[in-house]
Amino acid sequence: MSADLIASSATKARQLTDAEIKEIEHEMELYPDKQAVGLEALKIVQKHQGWVSDESMQAISKYLEIPVADLESVATFFNLVYRQPVGKKVILFCNSVSCWIMGCDDMRAHINEKLGVDFGGTTEDGDFTFLPVPCLGDCDRAPVMMVGDDLHRNLTAEKIDQIFTDYRSKE
Amino acid sequence: MAKVVIDGIEYEVNPDNNLLQECLSQGLDLPYFCWHPCMGSVGACRQCAVKQYRDADDKDGMLVMACMTPATEGSIISIEDPQAKDMRERVIESLMISHPHDCPVCEEGGECHLQDMTQMSGHNYRRYDKKKVTHRNQYLGPFINHEMNRCITCYRCVRFYDDYAGGTDLSVQAAHHHTYFGRHEEGVLESEFSGNLVEVCPTGVFTDKAFSEHYTRKWDLQVAPSVCTGCSVGCNTTPGERYGSLRRIVNRYNSEVNGYFICDRGRFGFDYVNSDDRIKVPLTRNGSEMEVVPAGELQPTINSFKGSGVIGIASPRASNESNFALRCLVGDENFYSGIADEEHEATQLILSLARDKAFNAPSVREIELADAVVVLGEDLTNVAPRIALALRQSVRNKAKELAEGCHIPSWQDAAVRELAQHDRSPLAILSSYATRLDDIASDLVIDAPAQLANMGAAIANKISDKAPSASGEEEAIARIAEQLANAKRPLVIAGSSAGNIGLIQAAANIARALHETRGEAIDLCLVVPEVNTIGMSMLVNSSNTLGSALDKLQSGSASKVIVLENDLYRRAAHKSVDAALDKAKAALVIDQMPTATTAKASTILPGTSFSEHEATYVNYEGRAQLSFQVHRNHAAALPAWRWLSEQQRGDIDSLINRCAEEAANFDKLDDLLPGLNEFVAGMKIPRQSHRYSGRTAMKANLNVHEPKQPVDDQSILAFSMEGVPATKDASVLGAAWAPAWNSNQSISKFQEEINGELKQGHTGELLIERNDSGSYLEVAAGSDDGQLQVAIAYQIFGSDELSAKSSTIQHRMTDAYVAIAPADAKSLGVDHGETVSLDGNGNVAIACIRSKMKEGTVAIYCGDNEIDRHALGDSVALSKAANANVRRGIQGLIVSDLFEEAQA
Amino acid sequence: MESKPLTKNIDMSRPPLDIAAYEANEGYQSIKAIAAGLSPEDVLQLVKDSGLKGRGGAGFPTGLKWSFVPQGENSPKQKYFVVNADEMEPGTFKDRLLMEGDPHLMLEGMIIGSYTIQASTAYIFLRGEYKASEYALKKAISEAYDKGYLGKNILGTGFDLDIILHTSAGRYICGEETALLNALEGKRANPRAKPPFPQVSGLWGKPTIVNNVETVCNLPGILSYGVDWYHGLTKGNDHGTKLFGISGRVKTPGCWELPLGVTIREVIEQYGGGMQDGYELRAFLPGGGSTDFMLPEHLDLQFDYDEVAKVGSRLATGTMILLDDKTCPVGMIGNLMKFFAHESCGFCTPCRDGLPWVDEIFNEFETGRGTEKDLQILHEHVDYLGPGRTFCALAPGATAPLGSGLKIFAEDFDRHIKEKCCPYKH
Ligand SMILES: Cc1cc2nc3c(=O)[nH]c(=O)nc-3n(C[C@H](O)[C@H](O)[C@H](O)COP(=O)(O)O)c2cc1C
Ligand code: SF4
Ligand code: FES
Repeated sequence: MSADLIASSATKARQLTDAEIKEIEHEMELYPDKQAVGLEALKIVQKHQGWVSDESMQAISKYLEIPVADLESVATFFNLVYRQPVGKKVILFCNSVSCWIMGCDDMRAHINEKLGVDFGGTTEDGDFTFLPVPCLGDCDRAPVMMVGDDLHRNLTAEKIDQIFTDYRSKE
Repeated sequence: MAKVVIDGIEYEVNPDNNLLQECLSQGLDLPYFCWHPCMGSVGACRQCAVKQYRDADDKDGMLVMACMTPATEGSIISIEDPQAKDMRERVIESLMISHPHDCPVCEEGGECHLQDMTQMSGHNYRRYDKKKVTHRNQYLGPFINHEMNRCITCYRCVRFYDDYAGGTDLSVQAAHHHTYFGRHEEGVLESEFSGNLVEVCPTGVFTDKAFSEHYTRKWDLQVAPSVCTGCSVGCNTTPGERYGSLRRIVNRYNSEVNGYFICDRGRFGFDYVNSDDRIKVPLTRNGSEMEVVPAGELQPTINSFKGSGVIGIASPRASNESNFALRCLVGDENFYSGIADEEHEATQLILSLARDKAFNAPSVREIELADAVVVLGEDLTNVAPRIALALRQSVRNKAKELAEGCHIPSWQDAAVRELAQHDRSPLAILSSYATRLDDIASDLVIDAPAQLANMGAAIANKISDKAPSASGEEEAIARIAEQLANAKRPLVIAGSSAGNIGLIQAAANIARALHETRGEAIDLCLVVPEVNTIGMSMLVNSSNTLGSALDKLQSGSASKVIVLENDLYRRAAHKSVDAALDKAKAALVIDQMPTATTAKASTILPGTSFSEHEATYVNYEGRAQLSFQVHRNHAAALPAWRWLSEQQRGDIDSLINRCAEEAANFDKLDDLLPGLNEFVAGMKIPRQSHRYSGRTAMKANLNVHEPKQPVDDQSILAFSMEGVPATKDASVLGAAWAPAWNSNQSISKFQEEINGELKQGHTGELLIERNDSGSYLEVAAGSDDGQLQVAIAYQIFGSDELSAKSSTIQHRMTDAYVAIAPADAKSLGVDHGETVSLDGNGNVAIACIRSKMKEGTVAIYCGDNEIDRHALGDSVALSKAANANVRRGIQGLIVSDLFEEAQA
Repeated sequence: MESKPLTKNIDMSRPPLDIAAYEANEGYQSIKAIAAGLSPEDVLQLVKDSGLKGRGGAGFPTGLKWSFVPQGENSPKQKYFVVNADEMEPGTFKDRLLMEGDPHLMLEGMIIGSYTIQASTAYIFLRGEYKASEYALKKAISEAYDKGYLGKNILGTGFDLDIILHTSAGRYICGEETALLNALEGKRANPRAKPPFPQVSGLWGKPTIVNNVETVCNLPGILSYGVDWYHGLTKGNDHGTKLFGISGRVKTPGCWELPLGVTIREVIEQYGGGMQDGYELRAFLPGGGSTDFMLPEHLDLQFDYDEVAKVGSRLATGTMILLDDKTCPVGMIGNLMKFFAHESCGFCTPCRDGLPWVDEIFNEFETGRGTEKDLQILHEHVDYLGPGRTFCALAPGATAPLGSGLKIFAEDFDRHIKEKCCPYKH
């Protein structure tokens, strides 16, 4: 693929940051093909920006000379690439079978009440985005959820309240 | 050949193919969606399920997807098995879950593969009663409509657009049942082949936008087999007319030429035919005004263009017949070439090479077989687009070879791609500017045309030292030479568009060097710009150049001129055309649309368009093809040959016969004519389908009586639904239709085998015989005067005179531009988008700063003849000019090697 | 001799062993054995003889799988070894334990596998959400490089290996080995057609082996202690130990390494502590969300590949999901169907469009609007989404709990229709 064949676009690219470029360059050493680096670059940009905006995607497209349509194709395929802004912390709430058996629906309702958002929503203060996630592989300690990188197990309403209070006080 | 048993009957099949393809080849009905005859199998839709049995004793069998199962010797399968049928019914039911069922208002209705397959699979009662998934549609530009709710997720669109045609701005997005096919954001689909989505999509997601605005059911279109007049490839098309207007063009299968696909110029470039600007009546000059010629004076006026002092100027966009009729009228010696002098010289060279035994002019299908290619100077995507698409297939031969080594059948499309990744057969592109094939090029050399020719000569010399020597960048030369020499089927491409005869000479030398070392005829593809450049040039004496015609007029040695469908201002410097026409006593111009030349005419006669007459054209290979009349011209226009022939009536068949008899090299022309005796009970072939509806209602606002169907005494086709549709014996197939197969997929019913020749036999006639043995050519050297070297650039949407008059195409056209290297722009002090003056003589163009330009070289795109191209030399002086009137600008330009800083 | 080769180093109350401690406990012995002269052919033979079957779900013999990789002079230079650490099957939590608990064991296994097929690059395809595994593996990889177990000319063998940790952007289908390859290539994780198998044309078109984490963790023991020892581990017909897990309402849910062939009852009662008070076992999925329901009457079966297959289910991942008598089976199956529908890659029709319909119908049952007609359609989809009908094994996986559940819980489905509500929610 060459720069020649990158789609014309109304959206303009933003500048990638030095940190982003450095990490993307590092990935180039790990994969023999640009396309693979493209997906890594989406994750890198998301790590730094919280999500992947149109401008970010254009930037990656330009930098790696991958058509933006190809990036969009993979970005929208995977669960963990966010093409919309998310809160400071993403709650990945397991709603798969073991957690369901162990009462995760009640926990979901509790979070909904507590934060005022259901799956897909971001709290008004921008602190949390609440998303469902398939089985987190901690089924023996169900129900479970992740907040940011941290895993929380054997959830109860009280535990959940404590978790949110802790995160908010940490800021 | 392998024997397989299908539902108890033994068939001989090709074991290299899959079962679906072989079932279809046998004429059996087996539904499918994601499989495509020339894109192979991916196994996504699961529609082609059949039962396969291990052996004769196996009573249970196993469901398999026919498209994913090789047709191996001894296979036993059943299409009719109840479980297989049930599976196919289930699949259709699933596909229809979220389909809007909007067939009555869908442009695809009546020729929808989804409709056909739904019927065929037996799903008729809707059980799904939950919520449907809906999607947003995108604006995709002037050509294509997007209605995603109709999507059945067969993946054909992206497989064609991206994998087959190399597009980069359409992709599949999201997952599970939200899967979406579109661009990353709204905008014009960039691929020059986007129109094929209309035919590739098995339902109405991608539809022809212009057609949508006044769509007509397939069975209500009057159609006839036609040939695209957009370029020298001569793709076969089926134009469709209704109520006197030409509504659309679709691909018409020709196994040797275009196969299943045409380009967007060919598909969308026709609506000038319906234009109000058409010349409708014979006109004659009265001072500065043109007046309608009174009925009684027409013949005397025409007659005044007979006899001595009259010369004729031919046309590369007119048929053989019209050119031949003009030649007959004015006589050989007074019949002049209708193309620019340099192009004439180049074309005569191409013709001489076409008689040379050392070479073969490859068809599009043969181009796809090449496994090492060098392109010298031609921007194929913009001058012969279908060939560019073929080259995208040729570079995949490496992948197929690798696959064979791993025992992966070539129809396993995804598997072959996954195996080969970016491994491609070599394609070396020598060009003066970035082309749309660069992404698949193994070598890309950007230089001035003369330098490229020199490099070509060096490649030839590297292959055989008997070829004249030349020097250049050693490494690339050696690599390209080696790739060609080692290939199974090397291919050399050049042509006359690049405007440098040295490129053709170099190409011939490369091919000759290969011939010399290998002993076989080498594929040498020499393209020319227009539909009948070759045919016209075969009719003209090589010394009868346009320049000499203009001289004759200017000097007074000829006093009158007949100009056949030609705007001379595109062919020669405006000054010399003016001088010639101003001097001429009378100028008779026959054309379809007003031009700068008709503006100078003393008499203008309206000519019919490609869809309004029967005609033959000769493509770049020397392949003559017959194009039928689709509909009548309701004004006074006549085919040019009719205006020019003695008795104005006459019929086309006798003219073709005469041309075959009298014109050198045309002797096979009359083989194109289907004889009436071939037809059932002598009946004609209807242009309208036998389901053409509402004949009595058509003009009900005027009169409810059925109008008498016009009689076509010229052709074997009828302007009605009466007659016998094309059968196996009739070499005429307009729209393909077969019982249960209303969509274009019905073509399989007319093929000898899938992807094979049509049973109708239709591939045209190669006119030129190869008896000569030539020798190496001296490659013309360039001169460097220190000025900016000129290369000519083309645009698929704009460079062709007639399609540029089509309103659909005009949406995609740009103004004239000068492509320039960043450094040169800087030293001239011009920015991207600013106006520059060429040679300070009033020609202006917009500066387009491109990163892939050689410093010291510019590429000039002349727009719709906005620049007096033939007044330009091999080099040019540029200067910044006051910003001229921008009509279209260059924003719509898809070259994409725009220089970064220029953009910002 | 070691009886718990997979978990001997694991103690989740402390961080995993660092490389020194790992080595001290007989770690990386197999690599030393290789350095001492074991050829790739020798290793392949050992693994074949061990009878190790893949622990990723399908139970395909590992040695046999490896033997399909082209070897010798004319084989492609570049080959890849890939560990499938995408664990996302509902109710499955065994690979996480191995990676968080003892990352070096997996690395050791990877070196063995890569050496055998002569792959100089190995990727770990790790589930993105497994952050603790990611940190543990990163640290272990860098320790292994420092000690010369990775990199160029490992322990003087002339064999080079780089291990690259790839974190997934998340989708269940990435666990399917060919979809995984597409995901690693940065493409949409649609599965690929088989044949050609990855062993011939895999990652970037090169010969590739994909093995599950647990499979790989079995390798060091086989090389270090020998085939006879390995064969001695089992209580049944299949060889070695296996991680077995329980989620649901037992007293002490968890995951344990046990000999293949223990009885299911033993796992549930002895290790899981039996059902919680007030709950009875109604049925269970033996090996994750895409296995057929089994019943209390099967508790005395030996837990291995063949025995479980005999009653129409699959050992698969060996992590059981227990359904108790107070939980609605229709709801449970519905939850699984929603998962499968959402995780369908969207490539082939039955899966993409069939599963959402099934999911919609379960929604109707949940809210008391399910009808006989809906039930009929569910039954039809069991066949329609079954093996051979779809492009890959995701949808057939969904039909396992669906098909068996429709049979076993027919009465519950009927009650939902007749009572126009979920009877478990009264
Ligand atoms: C939908 C689907 C998901 C899968 N997910 C996983 C997975 O998360 N981990 C895994 O090891 N195998 C998974 N598999 C099985 C793999 O395709 C493959 O068989 C396995 O990784 C091979 O490893 P093994 O031979 O070591 O068992 C999955 C299969 C399917 C069809
Ligand atoms: S996938 Fe599909 S059409 Fe498509 S043709 Fe086959 S299975 Fe057949
Ligand atoms: S089902 Fe939730 S962690 Fe497994």
